[in-house]
Amino acid sequence: MADARLETIARECRVQIIRMLTHAGSGHPGGSLSVIDVLTALFFGRLRHDPRRPDWPDRDRVVLSKGHAVPALYAVMAKTGYFPESRLVTLRKLGSPLQGHPDRTALPGIEAATGSLGQGLSISLGLALGLRLRQAPARVYCILGDGEIQEGQVWEAAMAAPKLGGPAHGLDNLTVVLDYNKIQLDNFVAKILDLEPVLAKWQAFGWSVLEIDGHDFEQINKALDQAEATVGPVIVVAHTVKGRGVSFMENDPEWHGKAPKPAEAIRAIRDILGVPEAEWSGHLARHPETKALADELAALGAK
Amino acid sequence: MPAKASRAAFGEALLELAAKDDRIVTLDADLSKSTMTAAFARAYPGRAFNLGIAESNMVGLGAGLALTGKIPFVCSFACFVVGRFETIRISVAYTNANVKIVGTHAGIAIGEDGYSQMGLEDIACMRALPNVPVVQPADELETRQAIAWAVEHEGPVYLRLTRQNLEPVCPVGYRFRFGGWLVLRPGTDVTLIGTGGTVFNCLEAAKLLAAEGVSAEVIDAACIKPLDEESLLASAGKTGHVVTAEDHSIAGGLGGAVAEALGEALPTPMRRLGVQGFGESGDAKGLYAKHGLDPAGIAGSVRKFLNR
Ligand SMILES: Cc1ncc(C[n+]2csc(CCOP(=O)(O)OP(=O)(O)O)c2C)c(N)n1
Repeated sequence: MADARLETIARECRVQIIRMLTHAGSGHPGGSLSVIDVLTALFFGRLRHDPRRPDWPDRDRVVLSKGHAVPALYAVMAKTGYFPESRLVTLRKLGSPLQGHPDRTALPGIEAATGSLGQGLSISLGLALGLRLRQAPARVYCILGDGEIQEGQVWEAAMAAPKLGGPAHGLDNLTVVLDYNKIQLDNFVAKILDLEPVLAKWQAFGWSVLEIDGHDFEQINKALDQAEATVGPVIVVAHTVKGRGVSFMENDPEWHGKAPKPAEAIRAIRDILGVPEAEWSGHLARHPETKALADELAALGAK
Repeated sequence: MPAKASRAAFGEALLELAAKDDRIVTLDADLSKSTMTAAFARAYPGRAFNLGIAESNMVGLGAGLALTGKIPFVCSFACFVVGRFETIRISVAYTNANVKIVGTHAGIAIGEDGYSQMGLEDIACMRALPNVPVVQPADELETRQAIAWAVEHEGPVYLRLTRQNLEPVCPVGYRFRFGGWLVLRPGTDVTLIGTGGTVFNCLEAAKLLAAEGVSAEVIDAACIKPLDEESLLASAGKTGHVVTAEDHSIAGGLGGAVAEALGEALPTPMRRLGVQGFGESGDAKGLYAKHGLDPAGIAGSVRKFLNR
C-alpha cells in the first residue's frame, strides 16, 4: 500500500538531490536515490528529534555510515528545517557546511563524520550503549551500504553489538538498515565480492534480521516498528535499486559517483515527476516552481 | 617515589579519578592487563568494556560513547591503537569526539617482544591530526597529572605511555601545564630535550657532560603537541645547540616537531636522536645502547655535535 504523503516528500527530495548534485558538478546520485525512501520514513514521522535543537540530548540519532550518500540526508534535513532549502545548492562549495561527506563540526544535526566506509556502525554502537547506560529513551539508526559491509570493521562491530551492555543495557535501541542496492563503485557487488548469504551472516552474528523492499513505505514502517519492539540490535536488509526514480540511472554502476549534466538533470527531474516528454512543456506551464527549477538548471548549462 | 611505569601510574590515576567522575569509562581490546585498566574494570565493571581483539571497532565505539557524554579511555599498545589510524582520523578527530586514546608499550624499551609490538611511529601519525594533542609524561607524578588534565580537556587526546619503569624526574609539587615544558636542569652550552622514557637518560647524560665541563640544559617535553615554543626558543637562543632524544622513529616525532619549530622561528644547529630503522628483540638496556639513547650514547652524541 502506498503512503501518499511520504511518496510525495520522497519525490521532492529526489528532485533536490538531482538539483544539488548538478550545482555541485560532482557527487553520488545512485546511492543517494536508493536510500532516500528510508531516510524519508525516518525523518518524517519516525524520529524523535527537534531540528531547532540538534543538540537535544535525548534525540534519536541517524548515522549515515555510507557518507557519500549525504545529499539524501541534506535533502531530508532541509525539508525538516535543520537549515533553509536554499542552502542545498552550496553542496561541496568552498565554505559551505554541506561538505561532500558529513562533517559533524560543520553542520548541526550531523551526528558523526563518515565517508571513510566501514566506521559508522562502531560509532552507532557507542551512541546506543551510551544512551542505554543513562536510560535515555533515544534510538540510534545506522545506515550501511552493501559494498560498505565488505569492510572488516563492520564485522568487528557486528560481532560486538549483540553482546554489549549485558542484560541490563543491551542494545535494544539500535536499528541498522542495509541499503542493499546490489551495486558498489566499480561494479555490481556480486561481481566484486558477493555478500550472499547476507541474512545468514548477520543472523549467525546474533542479530535479529528483517528483510523488506526499501522503496515500499508500508514495509519500511512496519520493519521499523518491529525493530523497536525487538530485544537486542536489529538489521533491516532493505532491497533497493541504485539510482531509483531516474530511469537512466537505475541499476547502472556508471551513476554511482558522477553528477548529471544540466540537460540530464532536467530529464532526471521529469522522470522523477513521472511526466512523459510530450507533456513536459505543458507541465512546466502549469507548475511555475518546476519551471523555475528547470530554468535554474538550464542556466548552469549555459554558463 | 620509586620508579614506576607510566602505564601503571595511569591505571592508578584512572581509578582515583573515576571515583569522582562517573563519565570516565575504559575500552580495551584484550590487553587490559597490559594497559593497566584491569583494576578499573574490577572496581567499575559496568564502566569497563573489553571489546575483544578488534581495535578499529573499539576506537569507533569510543567515539560514539563520547558523543553521549562519556569520557572514554581507549587503550591498547601504541602500535595497535594508532595502527587503526583511519578510524581515529575520521571517527575521533574529524568528528571531534572527546576520546582519550592511550597507547602503552611505547618504543624499543619494551625489549624482547620485538618490533611488531613497539609503538615507534605513533607520535608521527597522531601529530599530523589537527585537533589531537600528543602528551608523553616522564614519570609517575607527571603521568597522574597528565591523566587528570586529559579528563578535563574537551576533545581528543593522545597519551603515550611506557611499559618500563620510569625514575622520578619531576620535582615535588610539579604541576603539569598543557603546552608547557619543564626545565629540569639549567645549562648554557646545549639544550637536551627528552620525552617520556628518555628524560631521565638526558639528565644522566647531562651529569656525564658536566664532568667534562659541558653545561647541558635538560628539558622534559611532555607536550609534544603543542610544543612549548616559548621555552624552546628561550633555551635554543641561549645555548645555540639543540639535541632531542626520544624512543620513537627518528622521523616525525619530537625531533621532527622541534626541527619544524626552530627551522621557522630560530634556525639552530640540532641533532635528533631516536630509533633508526625497525626495532628488534633484545634487552631494553642493550637496545637503548645500540640506538644511542642511554646516558652514554646521548652524552657521546652531544660531545660529537659540539666538537664538530
Ligand atoms: C574506506 C573507503 N574506501 C573506499 C571508498 C571509496 N568509495 C566511495 S563509495 C564506494 C562504494 C560504496 O558502495 P556501497 O556501500 O554499496 O554504496 P552505495 O552503492 O549505496 O552507493 C567506495 C568504494 C571510501 N569512501 N571509503
